[in-house]
Amino acid sequence: MAVTIDPIHQFELKTLVPLGHIGSQQLAFTQSALYMFAAVGVIALITIVATASRAVVPGRMQALAEIFYEFMEDTLHQATGDGGKKFMPLVFSLFMFVLVLNLFGMIPYAFAVTSHLIITFGLAALVISVVVGYGVYKHGAHFFGLFVPSGVPKVLLGILVPIEVISFISRPISLSVRLFANMLAGHIAMKIFAFFVVQLLLAGAWSVLSPLPLFLTIALTALEFLVAALQAYVFATLTAIYLNDALHPGH
Amino acid sequence: MAQPNPLTTPPPGADTQIVPGHTEHANSHTGAFPPFESSGFLAQLIWLALAFGLLYYLMDKIALPRIQAILHNRAERLRSDLDQAQAMKSEADAAGVAYETALSDAQAKARDIAQATRNDLAAEADDKRKSLEGDLNAKLAAAEATIRSRTEQAMGNVREIAGDTAAAIVERLTGQAPDRASLDRALDATAH
Repeated sequence: MAVTIDPIHQFELKTLVPLGHIGSQQLAFTQSALYMFAAVGVIALITIVATASRAVVPGRMQALAEIFYEFMEDTLHQATGDGGKKFMPLVFSLFMFVLVLNLFGMIPYAFAVTSHLIITFGLAALVISVVVGYGVYKHGAHFFGLFVPSGVPKVLLGILVPIEVISFISRPISLSVRLFANMLAGHIAMKIFAFFVVQLLLAGAWSVLSPLPLFLTIALTALEFLVAALQAYVFATLTAIYLNDALHPGH
Repeated sequence: MAQPNPLTTPPPGADTQIVPGHTEHANSHTGAFPPFESSGFLAQLIWLALAFGLLYYLMDKIALPRIQAILHNRAERLRSDLDQAQAMKSEADAAGVAYETALSDAQAKARDIAQATRNDLAAEADDKRKSLEGDLNAKLAAAEATIRSRTEQAMGNVREIAGDTAAAIVERLTGQAPDRASLDRALDATAH
């Protein structure tokens, strides 16, 4: 192969401002951090700057902010009922953060922050610690009744409780891996198919076939936009569902 | 492209526009898969915490209360506008009902007046007709009376003529005039 493909390169962290070390950990302001703050800036633009006029008849940006708000409010309300209102800032922030970061990743040459497992894991860990923290704070030991399905014979509890515990522990893992793997795989697939276009163009007579991966790349790009939005929604919805366990731990 | 047949001339890394080189690896100690490069985890988590914390603060303190207020205001506005519209509609309905009753009252009144007028006119016409009939009847009766008296008079004359004629005939036949009383008797007898 004359051209070597490197679909992984896009996920590399680039140090913008080196800040030293702690042990083996490098402290630096990376492009990942820049994208995260840019996402905060974009979200603030939509939800704060665009709503500053508090128009009764909204402009486009304010309408966008309202749509997101009502969408997340509906999602949260469906999952948690009336008690979940206090988690609206968390769920809304998570949704917007993941959505904007995912969509940033769709900009050519841009970096997909959510394709790093540590970021998605950090968010998932935040969700689970809020669930556990609030559950224990609100319901005390009763919260752990979550692991004991009601109406089950005592004999079976010996099997069911470990299963429930494992399923609970796997939540932050599945929550983070789902988002991370979707973004990673999608971006790798796009890169590879886009690379096929170049490779076929360079392959003499085979270049007549180059439109095929091009169309595939276009289709994949559309799919990735869908995935970017869908995964943000899935993340927020699952957060709301997990929060419901903290609010209503009874099975 | 610069190389017409890249499959046969493979200097590795020649197409550097495709592979932007590995010089960026200066930061990473190993060539590991970047998302699993653990040396950046702590920094990423710290930046994540800062960025997400800032976002949460902004959403919690500014954005969401504001959007909620906007939506609430709009709902209030809509409700008050709808209420107002409802009130106006019921007002209009009431006005419509009042108009309908006024109209039907007026119609009934008009009907009554028309009926009364018609009755008056009919009665008047009746009266006129009756008085006219009375007049006519009286005139008729007077005329009949006149006719009757004239007839009687004429009949009286006829009797006289008949008497005179009878007397003349009797005188010519008998040569002597009949007395008046027997003549009257004979006339009475023939008249009946």
